[in-house]
Amino acid sequence: MVAPATPKSWYLPSKPHKFCPGCGHGIVLKALGETIDELDIQDKTIFGCDIGCSLLSWDFLACDSTQTHHGRTTPVMVGIKRARPQLITIGYMGDGGGYSIGSQHLLNAAVRNEKVTLILVNNTNYGMTGGQMAPTTLPGQKTETTPYGRDPEKTGYPTKGPEFLSELTPDGAYVARATVSKYKQLRRFLRNALRNQIEGNGFSFLEVLSTCPTNWRTNAQQTWHFLEDEMEQFFTVGEFKTPFGKGDK
Amino acid sequence: MQKVIGETKKAFLTGNEAIAWGCLAAEADMMFGYPITPQNEIMHYWTRLAPKYGKEFLQTEDEISAGFTVCGAIQSGIKAFTATAGPGNVLMQEPFGMAEGMRLPFFAIIQQRGGPSSGTVIYSQQEVSLTCYGGNGEGHRIVYSTATHQELYDYTIKGFNTAWKYRFPTYLLGDGYQAKMREPLEMYEPSERGIDIIKPYPLLGLEGHIGTDREPQHLRNIYSMEEELYDVVLKNDADYNSVRQEITEYSEFNCENAEVIIISHGVVSRAAEDAVKVLRAQGIKAGSFRPITLRPFPREQLLAVLEKSNAKKLLITESALGQLERIVKYEIYGQTLPIETLFMPGVGIIDYDIIQKIKSII
Repeated sequence: MVAPATPKSWYLPSKPHKFCPGCGHGIVLKALGETIDELDIQDKTIFGCDIGCSLLSWDFLACDSTQTHHGRTTPVMVGIKRARPQLITIGYMGDGGGYSIGSQHLLNAAVRNEKVTLILVNNTNYGMTGGQMAPTTLPGQKTETTPYGRDPEKTGYPTKGPEFLSELTPDGAYVARATVSKYKQLRRFLRNALRNQIEGNGFSFLEVLSTCPTNWRTNAQQTWHFLEDEMEQFFTVGEFKTPFGKGDK
Repeated sequence: MQKVIGETKKAFLTGNEAIAWGCLAAEADMMFGYPITPQNEIMHYWTRLAPKYGKEFLQTEDEISAGFTVCGAIQSGIKAFTATAGPGNVLMQEPFGMAEGMRLPFFAIIQQRGGPSSGTVIYSQQEVSLTCYGGNGEGHRIVYSTATHQELYDYTIKGFNTAWKYRFPTYLLGDGYQAKMREPLEMYEPSERGIDIIKPYPLLGLEGHIGTDREPQHLRNIYSMEEELYDVVLKNDADYNSVRQEITEYSEFNCENAEVIIISHGVVSRAAEDAVKVLRAQGIKAGSFRPITLRPFPREQLLAVLEKSNAKKLLITESALGQLERIVKYEIYGQTLPIETLFMPGVGIIDYDIIQKIKSII
């Protein structure tokens, strides 16, 4: 049997990783590991993770890593970057941490054009706590706290992060949305999100549409269908703001 | 290192200004802060002084962010700090909890204001419980309650050193009166007093190539198993108790043969000492005991004072409704001395108040 290639910047003693079967985090973290290797930034990268499923990445990479509180990854990474600008800081969070409890930090870090890279994994629910409604839950989608489907009249419409962050940020910022269904594009966007910090251009933000079959209660086919035919229809995939050319729409 | 103070000099400053100078003298690198009265002028003076000494400042979106940016900056190895008060102290309990859980050398200045809620912007001693025991932890913190502007300067320098030496969150607990009033003090270079400033060091972003020179750092504050957390908390507690005696500070005044001992802290202890002088002049044997560290509390020292004195009564007085009293009662459990109280939550206490109270109870 041929083992799949493992990024050099993965921390092997913590493998196999602890994400659920079919979870998209593994794909995002593989792409991130490969990008860190490609850019040769392993020794100067500080990886910070939130609470929620993203927490399971606390010892995922062979990079110096710190784990914070729910929603507070952004200010911790800002503190590190402000203190030592030569370090490459990567904040890793879910949609609840980034768009709900930590939204004031995300919004203000974007306005201040903080030179950090934030990766937000959007799986349309709070996975770790058992599948409650997230800011990104789609209209009509059933979760533990919207058992009859999300009603936008009562709970509003899903948060579109890259859309508002691209409006808030000045030139030099990088804002994009990728999906785990398009791996090469995900790699390209991650490269841009990190290159932008390395070059010191500005705030870098990448949302990644991801899967959660455990809480969606879907089989493989239904999982992929929900990602490609529901989420990717609602959430536009592409680069919303980039210092690198016209951007990938 | 650029000298900040140079030759020792007398100064006449507000407390917040004295603290800003103390931070510079302590070789602090960066302040993260959010406006709240009565600590604002610490930021104001820092932002004026900092660029002259190559220091940094960031005004964050709220106190939660100020606290967490300090956590990140400290982890990366710089001497970062913040200052807050009242509802800001409430919000900062979350990052203080992270600092407690991860043993970060977090130093913060708290200028107490009235509570609960927004309370007043003026003065109180109502943030004792919060500062000593706030958060979802065990109070593994070090809290200095200052009384004079000289102490604001001294304990700012000491507070940074304590935080970085022992790696427990460390607080200078002042109040709005100390923050805003002017008072003479002496400012000095720490080296002139034989004080070695402890250098910061990184916990992340270490030297060396990962994989060949060293292992990656994986820092966390959450654990999968109950037993893992249990071991961490017990180790922190053992560490705390092992250094408790060397951290503990207190002062006593005329406690020998005192028949009544006043226990107070912070700026109220000045009124207590003034009251003792007046009462002694009138033939009433009073003494004053003041914990300087509220955490860890000088339990053995207080018991020794009670033992050597002739105390028949204790008077606990504070600008709060029993926050110090609860600590004292817990710490001297088993003593049978009657305890009288003079509580004036959110209001200043002067010698007259204490003298009248003492005369009414003896």
